Amino acid sequence: MTDSTRFNLPARLLHWSMAALILTMLLIGVAMVTSLADYHALVALHRPLGLLILLLAVLRLANRWRRPPPPLPRDLPVWQRRAAHASHIVLYGLMLAMPLVGWAMLSAARYPVTLVGPFVLPPILPQSPMVYAWLRELHTVLAYGLFATILAHIGAALLHALIRRDGVFASMAFRSGVRSPATPRTGT
Amino acid sequence: MTLLHHLTGAPPGMTTRALMLRLAGIGAVLAGTAGAFTYAGGWLAPDALTSARVVDRFEQVNGPHPGFRRNHAKGLCVAGTFASNGAGARLSKASVFSAGRVTPVEGRVALAGGQPYAADAAATVRSLALRFRLPEGEEWRTGMNNIPVFPVRTPEAFYEQLLAAKPDPATGKPDPERLKAFFALHPESAKAAALIKARTITAGFADSTFRSLNAFRFVASDGRTTPVRWAFVPERRPEPGSFAQEAQADKNALFDTLAAELRQEPRHWHLVVTLGQASDATDDATLPWPSDRDSVHVGTLTLTGAAPEDAGPCRDINFDPLVLPDGIAPSDDPLLSARSAAYARSFTRRAGEEKMPSAVAGTSPNGASL
Repeated sequence: MTDSTRFNLPARLLHWSMAALILTMLLIGVAMVTSLADYHALVALHRPLGLLILLLAVLRLANRWRRPPPPLPRDLPVWQRRAAHASHIVLYGLMLAMPLVGWAMLSAARYPVTLVGPFVLPPILPQSPMVYAWLRELHTVLAYGLFATILAHIGAALLHALIRRDGVFASMAFRSGVRSPATPRTGT
Repeated sequence: MTLLHHLTGAPPGMTTRALMLRLAGIGAVLAGTAGAFTYAGGWLAPDALTSARVVDRFEQVNGPHPGFRRNHAKGLCVAGTFASNGAGARLSKASVFSAGRVTPVEGRVALAGGQPYAADAAATVRSLALRFRLPEGEEWRTGMNNIPVFPVRTPEAFYEQLLAAKPDPATGKPDPERLKAFFALHPESAKAAALIKARTITAGFADSTFRSLNAFRFVASDGRTTPVRWAFVPERRPEPGSFAQEAQADKNALFDTLAAELRQEPRHWHLVVTLGQASDATDDATLPWPSDRDSVHVGTLTLTGAAPEDAGPCRDINFDPLVLPDGIAPSDDPLLSARSAAYARSFTRRAGEEKMPSAVAGTSPNGASL
């Protein structure tokens, strides 16, 4: 049965697994750049997780293209509609860009991009210390940008879930029928 | 219906109190998430030692030398091959140890310290860094020194020692009181310093033995792991003593001599892997392992040429000791992860800086060119 008010199951599975992965990645990333004792273990985790996120983001875009998301509520103010649209472009863009910038910067620095055991990704850029330095800085700036966008996304999602209660949050949730527009709640 | 209802899009039936509570809840979730990020990034522990602070201290002690490594700043690129004799294959599944395998190697010889233009001195610690390029993109990088043990056990002690051993501008030597205070706090470093001071200093790079100092683990194809330390031991017998006179004429005599020797003929080192036993410390690089431990000669490094850093392949490589192939793994030595972190920080800083030519041209002062 298809339900045009909700994301399809693959979209919801991808959303929540990637939410956990990306938040974990941001915490690993910000921790590893200052840590001495755990630096190596965190970097060793950061590389394969980054590739996993890149692959999942491609899957997610393909699924989104095949099954477009449900429409936003009609009574949503125009600025919020625009903000939602723009923030999703940023989120998808960074989901793809962060791993690619990471891979490219390690390539430019001629670090082997080791994943697990003997598996190493090939370089995607020629060796260049200056390009590395620039991409390394970009990786940080984009990571802070991604974290800020995710905070805004969480805040907006909770506003929809707890205050507006307009079905937007429910469209991504696993429990069906909760707080969807078809089941009006308190005192409308 | 309040302004707050209007702003948040809350249904009119929601009481202001309920709305405020929910807003506070949302704020708490966001604050918690931001707090976790802040905590993970170390902003709540500004006194913790970080890779940035370690590299800052190098810059503080040595002064600014943009474009150069913050440690082992003065160096020369070398190149050659490593030929495995197969004896290491039972200890490690890394393909570099397969019988008959010849692996191309790029490397760098250098002097410890953050002064890229310092004159060569016999007692300065010499280093050899190597990058083995294995098939399928795997690499093994290692940075080794010509000393028997490492002077400190932890990254924190390393950080303190950098400052304690900083030369006093008045005397050009470290303040003895400060060094005494450091050794009093770190008796393991006092013992290590005695071993380092007592080492035999050979004539040059070509007859120096370079040691991993930190322990690693070799992982065999059946999963068995062996704690190891390794050393590159020169094939030719060391010739002590001839360095001091040459130093008068040429500030880069150690490097220029090696470059001249490599122009004449290749130089060979045996890779000797010492096998640790359960009682041997793998987390304390200041402690030597007992001298009766088994060791295995697993292959021969042949260096065939040298090139100055600005023309060679080594300047823009970070010889991170934890770039390891499958089959070599880190030990529990706390210095390893810290070295990896500090090298990465130093590399990132210099990568973005304008590069100056190295003091070492690899030519002798009478003008013979490479």
